[in-house]
Amino acid sequence: MSEVLKSSIGRKIAMALSAFFLMFFILQHFAINILSVLDPDTFNEVSHFMGTNPLVQYVLQPVLIFGVIFHFAMGFVLEFKNKSSRSVSYAKNNANANSTWMSRNMIYSGGFILFFLVIHFIDFWIPELNIKYVIGDSSGLLEDGSGYRYFEELQHKFVPLWRVVLYCGGFVFLALHLLHGFNSAFQSVGANNKYTKSLKGFGKAYAILIPLGFIIIALFHYFNNSH
Amino acid sequence: MNLTLQIWRQENAKAKGKIVEYPIKDISPDMSFLEMLDILNRQLITNGDTPVAFDHDCREGICGSCSLYINGEAHGPDRRVTTCQLHMRKFKDGDTIFIEPFRADAFPVIKDLVVDRSAFDRIQHAGGFISVNTSGNTQDGNSIPISKHDADEAMDAATCIGCGACVASCKNSSAMLFVGAKVSQYALLPQGQIEATDRVQNMVAQMDLEGFGNCTNTGACEVECPKGISLENIARMNRELIKASVKS
Repeated sequence: MSEVLKSSIGRKIAMALSAFFLMFFILQHFAINILSVLDPDTFNEVSHFMGTNPLVQYVLQPVLIFGVIFHFAMGFVLEFKNKSSRSVSYAKNNANANSTWMSRNMIYSGGFILFFLVIHFIDFWIPELNIKYVIGDSSGLLEDGSGYRYFEELQHKFVPLWRVVLYCGGFVFLALHLLHGFNSAFQSVGANNKYTKSLKGFGKAYAILIPLGFIIIALFHYFNNSH
Repeated sequence: MNLTLQIWRQENAKAKGKIVEYPIKDISPDMSFLEMLDILNRQLITNGDTPVAFDHDCREGICGSCSLYINGEAHGPDRRVTTCQLHMRKFKDGDTIFIEPFRADAFPVIKDLVVDRSAFDRIQHAGGFISVNTSGNTQDGNSIPISKHDADEAMDAATCIGCGACVASCKNSSAMLFVGAKVSQYALLPQGQIEATDRVQNMVAQMDLEGFGNCTNTGACEVECPKGISLENIARMNRELIKASVKS
């Protein structure tokens, strides 16, 4: 079994498995975030549960961090190896004739998503860790104690236009990454059969609708609270 | 047709190559691409120059010898054809045509447009075969029932001519379509089951050893393959490797 993990196909399968995990996480993240548009009170309650539940905090969160780091690190390692397998480039290469831009530029869409994630962590995750584990306040309450702080913090983050633009850009790149990545992950684990055509349709819908949903959330808060 | 050819010239494996321009006149649209190169070479020889070295053999799309990267695509702009089946009518009068060797570090250039594709042979030797009794007591093939579906899919995989267009077209120089086809060809048939575990493991290990890149499922190989080998074969190879690793 260790041999297969060292092989090119083993790494490809590992990339796909981490992609499945991350795609499921994104879906769950979206399901929670859309509550901030539909029902702020429920959004606050779910956010507090996710932020204080020991299983989420001490088991799922470390697994998620590992999944994110593994996916990016393996992606960069494979890209480097792939680039080094052709040291002399073609003088003329008509790649558009046989493949999509998305499929050939996963490293760039992934790179932008990584940049976006760093900003996202600085915006939300690190302050959250600071409040809970450095200051030691796990109540999730506003300073005046009038209610949970999560919805208000979210609104506050989407006031500056630069952040809204950056987030929307991040989601556009996420869509481009998923437009190839969703079905590529299935192909990598050997799932290419009579259901592939339907799966491709579902993958396209997922790749467009979920990032679009995130963009709508960011714009909703920007236009509802800044102006 | 009058054309301008931009051809990769490289004296030997160690020399540094470069693109050299050759104007060529009065090319018939009914000629094959290789016939056009034959005319260029006759012209070069007449002028006392060294002819362009390129691989070719059957000139009917079977042997997989011809291996040119034409205007940015393996075997040129036409689909489901090898270079020898490509006709000059696919180009327009006055066109500039770039002709390069298949590029991959696992396919080193020997001279001009000729590359060493023996890496494919070594992958085949690693497991692309079945062991049969040839003593004269060979069992009649028809006595082993095989479903039409499996027989057709195995036959489709077996049509791979090992030309290397998949490697040349892949941005990662991956050989997985070739290896996938060779693994599938046997994996779908009862005769291939006995050595199935070793076959896929050994062929994938040899493929990695040869320095081919990793597949990222762009699908360029499937589009450029002159025999239309499907990506399903790569998925099947992945399944076979997972199965083999669990078994062993």
